[in-house]
Amino acid sequence: MKYVSEFRDSALAKGLIAQVCRLSSTPARFMEFCGGHTVTIFRYGIRQVLPQTVTMVSGPGCPVCVTANKDLDKTIALAHFPDVILATFGDMLRIPGSHSSLQQAKAEGADVRMVYSAMDALNIARENPEKHVIFVGIGFETTAPTIAASVLQAAKEGLDNYYILSLHKLSPPVVKALLDSGEVNLDGFICPGHVSTVTGSQAWEFISRDYGIPCVVSGFEPLDVLHSISMLVSQVETKRAEVEIAYRRGVQPEGNPTALRLMREVFAPCPADWRGMGEIPASGLKLREAYLEFDAETAFDIDSGPTRETEGCLCGQILRGVATPQDCPLFGKACTPEEPVGPCMVSSEGSCSAYYRYGGEHA
Amino acid sequence: MCVAIPARVNSIQGEQAEVGIGGITRTVSLQLTPEAKVGDYVIVHTGYAINVLDQQEGEETLRLIEAIARTA
Repeated sequence: MKYVSEFRDSALAKGLIAQVCRLSSTPARFMEFCGGHTVTIFRYGIRQVLPQTVTMVSGPGCPVCVTANKDLDKTIALAHFPDVILATFGDMLRIPGSHSSLQQAKAEGADVRMVYSAMDALNIARENPEKHVIFVGIGFETTAPTIAASVLQAAKEGLDNYYILSLHKLSPPVVKALLDSGEVNLDGFICPGHVSTVTGSQAWEFISRDYGIPCVVSGFEPLDVLHSISMLVSQVETKRAEVEIAYRRGVQPEGNPTALRLMREVFAPCPADWRGMGEIPASGLKLREAYLEFDAETAFDIDSGPTRETEGCLCGQILRGVATPQDCPLFGKACTPEEPVGPCMVSSEGSCSAYYRYGGEHA
Repeated sequence: MCVAIPARVNSIQGEQAEVGIGGITRTVSLQLTPEAKVGDYVIVHTGYAINVLDQQEGEETLRLIEAIARTA
């Protein structure tokens, strides 16, 4: 088993689509939380093959998209500090903050480096002992343990020039905030596969228990997503609300205990600002006291100035699932992947980018 | 952002492993999956293996999908 081609079989996909069409009679709105699922749904044209009864809504599961301008401004301000190397995942470079972007800071002379892994950022710190290396800690529960592992490694080696700007976000609290807002009516929830690899499917029990909404944890291949939709339809039609796992090869109910232990060793929950949603309690991660020496916000006196929101940009509403990219007056006109205005058009996993690249005129 | 891909563990040195991803070899950290063995497939996210894939569960899911596809 190679774990990829098997889950792209077109004959089986047709069978799953037929199953969804046969089972579904009640109109249902399903949200896919994760930007990775949004991409699978668009790339494989899944929306177009679903019956009229099933509507898919994209959720806030794109970490760079949900990062508030205030936090983006902090990363840009940090990049301009003397003797700083700012290391970041590539997704962050072109995201516009209030007045600039990391790419623009780089053009202005700041030492901004794109890395693939926290390990690469650690290497930069080892190779540049005279510089302060700040790694932008961004991502959900999938990524936070990897950054925790890098902090533990730095502590073990006694590296004193490695810092984290912790902008991590936790996924269950934002889902709870969305559901509590009452803005978006959902009949089913496709839970993020790789977040759940770490947290376990148990993280989503509250959705079915407290809100009566069916949940299925999905993988990222087209058969995974179609299988998950068929499981959600089956729950809706039989009036069940449970957490089921369609991605059993990669997700256990209890998650990855080692990853959870490392994440909790280094980070503690804290309030976090979300684009379009404001501050959500216990939805971010900050470095624990024992690791504060690695905290960029403690080590550097960051003054990023007043924040500014882009007029007309609907990213906030799109991330909440209450608007689609086509509702935005800027979409495809002032805002394109080449000249993006909002983060959802910049990130390859952003809803606007997926609509633009795969949706065509008729999406 | 949470993109992660399956890769086969070819060799292990301490907390690091050489893995094969579609013909390319990469070094990844096993800090989050100390249980991984040579021959296992792991899910790699930003240079770290975040879980060992369960082959039996993968095959079971495919059997389930095949059964659905036959009856639909």
